[in-house]
Amino acid sequence: MTNPTTLLSVSNLTKKIGKREIVHNLNFNVQPGEVYGFLGPNGAGKTTTIRMLVGLIRPTAGTIQINGYDLQRQFIPAIRQIGCIVENPELYPYLTGMENMRLFARMMKNVSQTKIDEVIRLVELDQRVHDLVKTYSLGMKQRLGIAQALLGDPKLLILDEPTNGLDPAGIRELRTFIRMLATEKGISVFVSSHILNEVQLLCDRVAIIHHGRIVKTGPVSDLIDQHPQVEWTVDEWEQAQTYFKSLPYITTIQKRAHNILRVQMPLEKIAETNAKLLQEQLHVVGIRPYQQTLEDIFLAMTGGQTDDSANL
Amino acid sequence: MIPLIYNEWLKMVRKKRIWVITLILLVLIPIFTYAQFRTIQQTVAEMGTSDWRALLQQQIIDQQNRLSSSRLPEEWRDWIKLSIQQQQYYLDHDINPTAPGAPTFVRKFIEESVSLFLPLLVVVLAADIVSSEHTAGTIKSLLTRPVQRWKVLLSKYLALLLSISVLMMITAILSYLISGVIFGYQGWNMPVLTGFQEQNGQLITSFVHLVPQWKYILMAYGLAWFTCVAVGTLSFMVSVLVRGTAASMGVMLAAVISGSLLAQLAPTWSMLKYFAFTHLRLTDYLSGKPILIEGMSLSFSILVLSVWSILAILIAFITFQRRDVLA
Repeated sequence: MTNPTTLLSVSNLTKKIGKREIVHNLNFNVQPGEVYGFLGPNGAGKTTTIRMLVGLIRPTAGTIQINGYDLQRQFIPAIRQIGCIVENPELYPYLTGMENMRLFARMMKNVSQTKIDEVIRLVELDQRVHDLVKTYSLGMKQRLGIAQALLGDPKLLILDEPTNGLDPAGIRELRTFIRMLATEKGISVFVSSHILNEVQLLCDRVAIIHHGRIVKTGPVSDLIDQHPQVEWTVDEWEQAQTYFKSLPYITTIQKRAHNILRVQMPLEKIAETNAKLLQEQLHVVGIRPYQQTLEDIFLAMTGGQTDDSANL
Repeated sequence: MIPLIYNEWLKMVRKKRIWVITLILLVLIPIFTYAQFRTIQQTVAEMGTSDWRALLQQQIIDQQNRLSSSRLPEEWRDWIKLSIQQQQYYLDHDINPTAPGAPTFVRKFIEESVSLFLPLLVVVLAADIVSSEHTAGTIKSLLTRPVQRWKVLLSKYLALLLSISVLMMITAILSYLISGVIFGYQGWNMPVLTGFQEQNGQLITSFVHLVPQWKYILMAYGLAWFTCVAVGTLSFMVSVLVRGTAASMGVMLAAVISGSLLAQLAPTWSMLKYFAFTHLRLTDYLSGKPILIEGMSLSFSILVLSVWSILAILIAFITFQRRDVLA
């Protein structure tokens, strides 16, 4: 079942703490050179999963294979394939950037000073590397965090919510950097996030997790195009709603504000629908393709049910 | 392994723990030195003589007077009797037990600090060695490296042993240098009595012999080092088990202090001799100071401390190896 070139292969991964099942039976594969998104709302089990991937938490059941090594049985060779930041970039604030890097380098084999200098240049931190880490901004800590993750020439980079706390410019910079790592250095990147838009912009493929279960995996493009939505602002919204219900290509209708209807429909049908509404003498004031959020996708998957316990 | 120990040592030094402790010693040793100086002056003034034989004679008489008080508890009565015997021995053999000089201060300082002061400093060193990595979250950066968990923990333990040894050395050097300013630096070869043994409340003097003071100090520091390592090992375990630095320091301080209190409060409670922290005063076996709790000897104390230490190490390593890093 496992493709021989698969870099990260997770099968039947389960974690229980006490009686509570945090994640249940996860299955996904990450291929070399791809940016893989791990999308889910807060509390869905993303961090627990990531901690299992880097060996901080023992799975209750299931296996994690990294470049062919089983993480449980062959920890050292398996973990050598990985560089990671779990939650925040955890560094020693009372040491300088360079001292932090050397400290981590001593925990690995064959990391030369040349390599340290190289990754520090890569994250553009060479100006401040001899200052204490406690004087760094969050963005700089994030970059030093990435630098330490890259020290061991990992094949897979695991980042947990890497954009948390960064400003928009920092987020854009990080996105470019991650894409560069994937395309130029051939490093696979596994990124968790709770923001749909971020995953859309960054990732090739995605796994969506909700209540500890994987709801969906697949290319990012599939995910988004499957349920495009359009917001219609119509003065006579009640008539418009009745009319929308008669159209075969419109699947769901939601009333947002007092005269806004959000409907799920193919984007290429917008003009046609607009013309029809005009014929019906309805005053369309605004049409806007709607930028989906994660909740929308969950809603669409559960058929409009807002109940969280629905079988996603 | 050496690079890992170096890492831990670097953290210890850069966290300024060692410097804080040196600073504490730098402040306290002059105070102790001065206190010692004042005590000697005071007794000399009260006795109206600087003749130590007269002083010792007076102390024996004082103790005998206390013995005649009827409200004295039985345990204290035995204790005082033994200490009179011992002072009589010094007097008969023409040995001045308080002969000043920096080496004497070094000896007295370690004898007095081994039960509480040094253990507290060791707790300060050891209590956050693992828990601080949890508090700061850096544990995640440590355990996601290609190094087995037990090696990470072992490097921390060895770094702790190293810093305890450095602490002992700093204590010895500072107490010698500072007290020498007042007492003078001579007295390494002064003979000191050791080899006291206690049997059924009798001080057995048949094994008592004289050793040069430097030899005595070496032995005393060796025993104190053992005490400190045992306290450090227990703190190390607590540091693994408890995630907060404040909590782990609190637990250990409470344990060390209650150990020394309990021995004085309830010396007849024989269960106390299985409690690690009542065995910290190992140097008392050298100086022949009577032990409060019955049935304790040097080898028994070392055995109790060793058993506790080994258990602590086992618990620490097993827990650390298996535990999920959740926060």
